[in-house]
This record gives sequence, structure tokens and C-alpha cells, in this order.
Amino acid sequence: MASPQQQQTFKDPVTEANPKPDVAKAGASMKLTARNINFFYGQFQALHDISLDIPSNKVTAFIGPSGCGKSTFLRTMNRMNETLRNTRVEGDLKLDGENLFDMDVTDVRRRVGMVFQKSNPFPKTIFDNVAYGLRVNGIRKSSILSEAVERSLKRAALWSEVKDKLNKPASALSGGQQQRLCIARALAVEPEVLLLDEPCSALDPIATLKIEELLFQIKDITTIVIVTHNMQQAARLADFTGFFLMGKLIEINDTKRIFQNPGMKETEDYVTGRFG
Amino acid sequence: MMMEISTSRRFINGFMLTLSGICTVLVVSVLFFILGYLLIHGATSLNWDFFTKLPKPAGETGGGMANAIVGSGKVLLLATVIGVPIGFLAGVFLAEYSGKTFAFAIRYVVDLLNGVPSIVIGIVAYALVVRPMHHFSALAGGTALGIMMIPIAVRTTEEFLRSVPVNIREGAMALGATKATTIFTVVIPAAISGLTSGMMLNLARVAGETAPLLFTALGNQYWSKGYLAPIATLPVMIYNYAISPEEDLHKQAWAAGFVLLTLVLVINVSARLIIARGPSAQRR
Repeated sequence: MASPQQQQTFKDPVTEANPKPDVAKAGASMKLTARNINFFYGQFQALHDISLDIPSNKVTAFIGPSGCGKSTFLRTMNRMNETLRNTRVEGDLKLDGENLFDMDVTDVRRRVGMVFQKSNPFPKTIFDNVAYGLRVNGIRKSSILSEAVERSLKRAALWSEVKDKLNKPASALSGGQQQRLCIARALAVEPEVLLLDEPCSALDPIATLKIEELLFQIKDITTIVIVTHNMQQAARLADFTGFFLMGKLIEINDTKRIFQNPGMKETEDYVTGRFG
Repeated sequence: MMMEISTSRRFINGFMLTLSGICTVLVVSVLFFILGYLLIHGATSLNWDFFTKLPKPAGETGGGMANAIVGSGKVLLLATVIGVPIGFLAGVFLAEYSGKTFAFAIRYVVDLLNGVPSIVIGIVAYALVVRPMHHFSALAGGTALGIMMIPIAVRTTEEFLRSVPVNIREGAMALGATKATTIFTVVIPAAISGLTSGMMLNLARVAGETAPLLFTALGNQYWSKGYLAPIATLPVMIYNYAISPEEDLHKQAWAAGFVLLTLVLVINVSARLIIARGPSAQRR
């Protein structure tokens, strides 16, 4: 759990804009730090001056209504938005103190993994799906690959269900299994941060529960950032929760605070369902 | 306001419906009519000899078209080797790398190329291959058909690559794959059944081309050695036999037409089977 000082750093997004001593003090345990991030789709500004810190080995959730920019911000953190034409990002984003926008983009994406809203297994076997990230990063030795595949599938709580059919096509799995396969695939390259973009929105409650359990399990090996529409999910899973509205970060704080005693009126309206 | 449907409108409706029904039956039956017609006229020549023997010298009856069957295969193989890689890689560029304006220009040019009459492409192959080498050859025929395959190869590749969902590409890139790696390890494999069947349909389309082969592959009464000599092909054989005065040769031409059409149909049907069973079908 974060110390009270750390929580202070989340408190006020307005003063966050100017990095202050508190941030530096807490810097040691901050995996990602974003300062004054603006993002544009063509002329449209989707993110306004977002500043926040993502603490190491914690689950941070972003909540907010559709179109509020939470997914856009998530996709900024592994530079996935760069694959879209006619987009532009401004501001400062650091991974372990290193400027993310100066790093090699494939390096960023290996260190900052991502799981998407709709499960997207490749049209390959289960094994080849999980091994894909390792292979494109130059690992060829089959003993290393099969070890990593087993480890990743175990972490994604899928091993017992697929261990006898690793050479079957991934498309043969159920929706929930496919999403766990995608998580295993992301974990195989041992990312330092795992970004999840509404990973459970297409899944039934049981599959959702399985994924939440496994996210809880992998917290000690990776830092998790999850975008969710489901506030109960944020409350169950996250150590910290940020609330986005109209491209702005309204506030980010300890999850309990956000849901029980939020600092901003907009947050309170949203989490109590009085929004709009 | 209520509308009374007048008797004349009822009549016109019934008449047009019947007419379009008859036309549909006509369309469907044309293929079977052609198949049956070819079979009736060529059936007597369609025997084992037809597939295994060489053509008989002028004046004698019997013999077969073994050299033309093999020759068509060789020319089509060359056409595939020449046309598919060029068209495929251009299609990859068109689908994945070209900007909007540039893509529009490429597509336009490719569609124009598709509209070039086949005889003109034959002349080009004549100028490019036959003239410098001083003789007709399988290579020249293959070049002509290969050029004819390019536009469809480009557009097929573009369409099937574009149909691969964005989320699969993003999945690969999110794991640290470069764009090129993503295309060759995920996007193309995802589209492979569509690509394969597209190329097969493309091949089937040029398999019956005659005009560009007349003065490139030329024809040959005997077996053709290698790829640099004149070679017999089914379409040219049909043409030569059909304009000859001998009844027996006419029958052989009908039989050859039947074999050629069957070949094309088999390629077509298997292409469609591949696309129906392939991985890209599962994601539609």
C-alpha cells in the first residue's frame, strides 16, 4: 500500500502540472510519470494536460464515461497511438525516469505490454501465440520458448485448460480463454507494465472473475494499469483510481477515497451514478 | 389515401417477375449447356490416347494432346512465377505502406493495366522476350500470361490484407513487432487462404487465354524441351484445330475445350473451398 505522502502526490491535478518536491520524493516507486500530456486526433484535442504517476507493482484503474480519453491515454503509454495516422502527442512521459518518446518504440512496447478490449489471438496455435512476442524479440531456442510459454500460461491461469492442446489453433478457445491467452501472450515478454483496455467488457461474470484473480496474482511481477467501464471492477481490483472526464483527469487517488470520499464534485456524481 | 393496384400494374409485375426468372434460369444453364455441348462433340476423342499421345501428323486420325496439356501446365507455372510475386509484393505495398493519394494512383494504373487487351500484352511479350531471343518460347508465353496476372494479383492481395482486422495488427505491434514483422508474421498468415484462392482464380482466368500465346508460345506438334522452345498449349491447340478443315481435328478441339474448361472449373471450385475453410473465414 502507498504511504500517505504518495497519496498526496495524486491529490491535485492542477498543481500536478508543475512537478513539485512530493513527486521527486515518491519518484523511487513510480513506474511511469506523465506530465502535461496533450493528445490530438487531427484538429480534435482528446487529452488535455494530463499529469499523473503510476506506482510500481500496483493496480491503477482509469474510469470515466465513454469518450473521456481514458483509452487514448492508456494507448499513449505504449505509444500505440503512433500507429494511427494524423495524430499528435505533446508532453512528457517517463518510464523509470527515462523519456518514453526518446526510446526505441519496439523497446517501449516490449517493456509496456498491452491487452485489448476485444481478444485478438493470432490465427496461429496456442503455443505460437504465446511465443510470438519472444520470437519477434529474437528468442529462437525451443527450450527457452516452451519454458516461457508454460510459465506465462500458468500466470494467466490458463495452463491447466490448454496444456494438452498447445498445438491447436487459438480460435478454438472460448472468449474468456482467448482473453487469458492474450494476457499470457503479453506476459511472456515479461513486461514491466501491463496496460489493459477494458479487458473484460466482452466476457461473462465467471470469465471476468478469473481475469480479475489473475491480475491480482501478477501484481508482484508487473505494474498494472486498467481501463474499465465497470466501477465495481475498479473498486475490487485497483489500488489507485483515476477519473477522466471530457479528456481531462479530474482526480486520481487511493481507490477507497475515490469511491467513498472523492475530492471533486464530478467524481462524486459519477461514482454515485448521478452523472449527467 | 388508399391506392388501388390496377390490373395493368399486376400484369406488368407478373410479366417482369417471370421474365427475370427465365433470365436467371438461362444464366445458370449456360454453363451446363457449354459443358454438355463440349462433351457431346468431343466425347469420341476424349479417351486415354487424348491424354497420353502426341498429335498425329496431318491426314491421319487419332492421336492426342499430351504435349499441349503438359505445355499449358508449364506456361501457367511460368506465368505464376512471374506474375504472382510481382503482383503480391506490389499489393503488400499498396495495402500497407502507400498513402491515400498514392494508393489511388496505383490502383488506377493497375485497373487500366487490367483493361489492356490480351493481344496487346501478347505483342509486348513478343517485343520483350521473342525478339531479343529470336525464337518463340514457353518463357515468352509465360511472360505474357504473367503480365496479365499482375493486376488481379495486386488487387487481390490488397483486398485480403485490408480485411485483416486492425486489432490483430495492434496485438503484434504491442508485443514489440515492427510493422514489417507484423505484416509478414501475422497479417499475411491471417489472409493466406484468401490470398491462395485469389491467386488460383487469377490463374484460372488466364488459363484459357489464347491471343497472347499465338505469337509467344506459338505451338508445337511435339514435346517441347525446357522453357526456351516453342510449346504447345491447350488454347492455341483448340484454335489451330478448330480452323482446320478436318472433322477429326474438330472433335479433338471440342475435347480439348472440355478438358480446359474442366481444369478451370476445378481450380475455381478448389479455390472457393480453400477460402471457405481457411482461417480468414473464421473471422468474418
